[in-house]
Amino acid sequence: MENPAQILGNTAGGVIGFSWLMIALPLVGAAILLIGGRRTNKWGHLLGVAMSLGAFVVAVLALVQLLGLDPEQRRQAVHLYEFIPGMVDMGLLVDQLSISFALLITGVGSLIHIYSIGYMSHDPERRRFFAYLNLFVAAMLLLVLADNYVGLFIGWEGVGLASYLLIGFWYFKPSAAVAAKKAFIVNRVGDFGLLVGMFVMWTTFGTLSFAGLGDATIEQNGTVTAIGLLLLLGACGKSAQLPLQSWLLDAMEGPTPVSALIHAATMVTAGVYLVVRSGAFFFPLGSTAALVAGIVGTATLLAGAIIGCAKDDIKKGLAGSTMSQIGYMMLGAAFGPVGYAFAIGHLITHGFFKADMFLGAGSVMHAMNDEVDMRKYGGLFSKMKVTAITFIIGYLAIIGFPLLSGYFTKDGIIETAIEHNPVMGWLAVAGAGLTGFYMSRMIFMTFFGKARWDKDAHPHESPAVMTVPLIILSIGAIGLGAFLVLGGRLYQWLAPAVGGARDFVPAFHPFSVPGLSTLALVAVGVVIAWFKYGKAEVPVTAPRGSFLTTFARRDLYGDALNESLFMRPGQWLTRLAVFFDNRGIDGLVNGLAATIGGSSGRLRRVQTGFARTYALSILFGAALLTGALLLVGNL
Amino acid sequence: MNTIPAPTIEYGTLAPLLLIFGMAVIGVLVEAFAPRYLRRSIHLPLTLVGLIGAFALVVWQVAKTGVPTSAVAMGAVAVDGPALFIWGVIIVLAFVSVLLINDEDHFVASAAAVPGSSDEEEAEREGFAHTEIYPLVLFAVGGMMLFPASNDLLVMFVALEVMSLPLYLMCGLARRRRLLSQEASLKYFLLGAFSSAFFLYGTALIYGYAGSVELAKISTALATGALLDPLLLVGLALLGVGLMFKIGAAPFQAWKPDVYQGAPTPITALMASGVLVAAVGAVLRVFWVALGNMDWDWRPVMWGVAALTMLVGAVLAITQTEIKRMLAYSSIAHAGFLLIGVMATYDSADGNSKSLSAILFYLLVYGFTTVGAFAVVTMVRDAGGEAGHLSRWAGLGKRSPLLAGTFAFFLLAFAGIPLTSGFFGKYAVFAAALGSGNETGDSLGGWMAGIVVVGVIASAIAAFFYVRVIVLMFFSEPAADGPTVVAPSFSLQFVIGVAMAVTVIAGVFPQPILDIARDAASGLFIR
Repeated sequence: MENPAQILGNTAGGVIGFSWLMIALPLVGAAILLIGGRRTNKWGHLLGVAMSLGAFVVAVLALVQLLGLDPEQRRQAVHLYEFIPGMVDMGLLVDQLSISFALLITGVGSLIHIYSIGYMSHDPERRRFFAYLNLFVAAMLLLVLADNYVGLFIGWEGVGLASYLLIGFWYFKPSAAVAAKKAFIVNRVGDFGLLVGMFVMWTTFGTLSFAGLGDATIEQNGTVTAIGLLLLLGACGKSAQLPLQSWLLDAMEGPTPVSALIHAATMVTAGVYLVVRSGAFFFPLGSTAALVAGIVGTATLLAGAIIGCAKDDIKKGLAGSTMSQIGYMMLGAAFGPVGYAFAIGHLITHGFFKADMFLGAGSVMHAMNDEVDMRKYGGLFSKMKVTAITFIIGYLAIIGFPLLSGYFTKDGIIETAIEHNPVMGWLAVAGAGLTGFYMSRMIFMTFFGKARWDKDAHPHESPAVMTVPLIILSIGAIGLGAFLVLGGRLYQWLAPAVGGARDFVPAFHPFSVPGLSTLALVAVGVVIAWFKYGKAEVPVTAPRGSFLTTFARRDLYGDALNESLFMRPGQWLTRLAVFFDNRGIDGLVNGLAATIGGSSGRLRRVQTGFARTYALSILFGAALLTGALLLVGNL
Repeated sequence: MNTIPAPTIEYGTLAPLLLIFGMAVIGVLVEAFAPRYLRRSIHLPLTLVGLIGAFALVVWQVAKTGVPTSAVAMGAVAVDGPALFIWGVIIVLAFVSVLLINDEDHFVASAAAVPGSSDEEEAEREGFAHTEIYPLVLFAVGGMMLFPASNDLLVMFVALEVMSLPLYLMCGLARRRRLLSQEASLKYFLLGAFSSAFFLYGTALIYGYAGSVELAKISTALATGALLDPLLLVGLALLGVGLMFKIGAAPFQAWKPDVYQGAPTPITALMASGVLVAAVGAVLRVFWVALGNMDWDWRPVMWGVAALTMLVGAVLAITQTEIKRMLAYSSIAHAGFLLIGVMATYDSADGNSKSLSAILFYLLVYGFTTVGAFAVVTMVRDAGGEAGHLSRWAGLGKRSPLLAGTFAFFLLAFAGIPLTSGFFGKYAVFAAALGSGNETGDSLGGWMAGIVVVGVIASAIAAFFYVRVIVLMFFSEPAADGPTVVAPSFSLQFVIGVAMAVTVIAGVFPQPILDIARDAASGLFIR
């Protein structure tokens, strides 16, 4: 196998040499906006957009330079500085994988920045919002561009922080504050896994850089599997995979552009990036860690789809679908280089169509006085045509309507999965059917049928600053999949970075049994949705529903499970700990502190203030030193 | 008849030193001949130009002619890599200290007037000022530079006195709380004289053993002679007392809190930064160059001194209620951390230069953080001068967030929190110590890990009182009649800005400074 981490280009020149600007620009933007405070209110959002666009321009130029190079040379190292002497060199790795992510982050990110100008125009804290968005972009770029796990981890924590700040952006709403805290705490579990994984990695291989790991010989043994599983735990936290999925649905409390950028298009895909980046080392095809990743992905793609079927809140429905789609990516990432290529492909197309739909949902909410309950929508198509059409394009892409982008990338994942593990593959086909159902349900409830609006709702189309990004995103949702998948373009582009053979074209069989059954199941899902939510009237208050509906509405009892498994025992544990802390540890600590403080007080009395005492202590010290030296000398 | 051969003096190599002393002498002439009202406006540019010139000469020497490979002035002065690095650091620290000295009326109008007397009132009314302070600072700085560069014990003694005498004087010149200041001055003088006697006696005994006061010859004598000679061991102990006194290691630390508290704060800043840098440099030169061949004997003893110093500094700082006394104890603890570095000797030159570069880095960052912290202390004022009592600092974060934030940052750097310079300083020194203990056949072996553990414990205790001040500033209600925070002048802003910049840069992006320290340490000391 190729050594995927071997750096071919040495310290890079040209634009790539300046790729640190991608991180620096939004970081400076965030700093200016946060430090400048209210003074920057007037032009803060413009600065935020400019910084994000600047990073995008650098990314595009770097891509152009990369394309100009021989495919062999497309891994460029940019050494920045020695971070922890002898342990970590801070540097950037600009290769096919990281530049793909950088383009997605800065491209979609810039569109969402622009959209937010309109969406947040009434919010007095708009500047702070843009500061956090910029901070997020900088951290996310560090995450994907760093050439070692420490840099990745710093970015990882940075996006976690930005996510926390943005979910809780409307912190005066208790639900937002709680959701932010929940996201933060659940992510701690995953981050802990990543951190411990890095510790084990350091003790086992003595390096934390991708290049260093590439040079090491990695045998698949217990330790390596453990590292893989720990990294996977980190990935599960960030990417809302089972069993750490519960925070993502609550995270929808944040402003909608945040849901689109962070909790759909970019941050939640960091886990997939981690698995793909570490793939050659810790998740090779057939390894235990890869198998577990596949199981996690399959379970999550089904769970997310089931949750999506029952949600009446448009954003939560989309969040369930995000979970499900990342499950697909995780599943793809379990199957070696070909799987990586489809996972990344789906990640990119998903970034476009999901951001498109989230922003569309935001546009609908903007028009409906921030109403999120789809049961109070209906018949909006004629009121807001641009939003509706772009949303429907995103919808067709996600259900895998032939020739739209989701069709190519999702089908690729399913085919790869069936080739390596039929059980997972066919479950993924079933998930596609569910996707057809719940997404159609959303479309019918929102844009078609009878208007069920509140009395004071006056839906209207959003301003151009919001619709133009929608249009651009929907163009990506239409064509990107074909562009990336046909002829194995993305695979051959990524192959050197993820360790695949370069002269290979992954098979794509739209008319195979799995391909056709997927289409058939999706069609069944759409038809059922049409009968239940298109043709039939949708009640404004949700019916009680069957056991299954309740199950899905309650997020598959994920929260209940967390509560009874972790929260309650955790509370008991903390109570117990507090008890012991008060009685035992505090006694010890206070005793220790009292001892130190007391000896400080006693020793202080030696400091009499008399020069004679001091001189005596010097004399005493001299005697002590002399005695000690004579003693040591004669030992 | 015998003729006395004229000594050869390498004026080029010694130029920075000579420039400082020359400027000091010119300062004395200004004091004698310039009219009173002009003196200050002549002194300040003269002093600053002298310091800038000396710094330029240091840089020029490193860049153009390179580091000399043998001692100059008939083997009396060794201008090697570490010495030049220390010179550069001392000059810059002195530069910012002079700005601090010049900033406000920190100094008494007439030192000879009895506190509270009518003479004092008259002097103040007339607007007298002790402009002698500028040449005194230059003399002290010259001494500080010569101290770590002297290549024989007698020159070192002279340098020690040249450095200390002006400081004794300047300690007594505080404008407010004059009795405290005069007491500090007298104590420092008495104890300084006492410790100098130890140094001198130690020198005499070692001369008796080695037949020379030159460090190189002492080293040669050790290589061939008996190591158990009581003359040598006692001489070494007494010499050590003199040096340990200057860096404020326990049990010779008692002067530090009293002197730091009583002295005018800008002078405290100069002492806490410049003198410590110079004295650690001198300790390194004596113990590594002259006594390197008997590190089996002195390292265990220094182990005890370092452990005691760190613990005494950290533990006693806890109960301090005066900000300058607290910083004095913190300085004692840091002297202990530096001694860990002094102990970290290796068999290989490579290893030694690693330890040396760690110490040099530590000295640089600690010096700047210290000057910055004391500069902030000068800004918080009560009716009677600086608001020294810690209770007066309560709630400062609410009233002057920028000032309190700056001070908090310096305190975190003292505590060695990551992303501040203090972290990398401690990390480098501890790493060097651990590496030294891991060498096969090291005389201390596992004990080196032990001293690092003691260092970490002392750091933990020290973190308590640093953080306590931060808590006090940010989480307590401000007092109704709290101290006023003076609006900082441009020069004060500059001083704090420089200190802050070094502390931040060395904490986030330490590589350039580490590189300079590594280059300076690469050739070790010349003999």
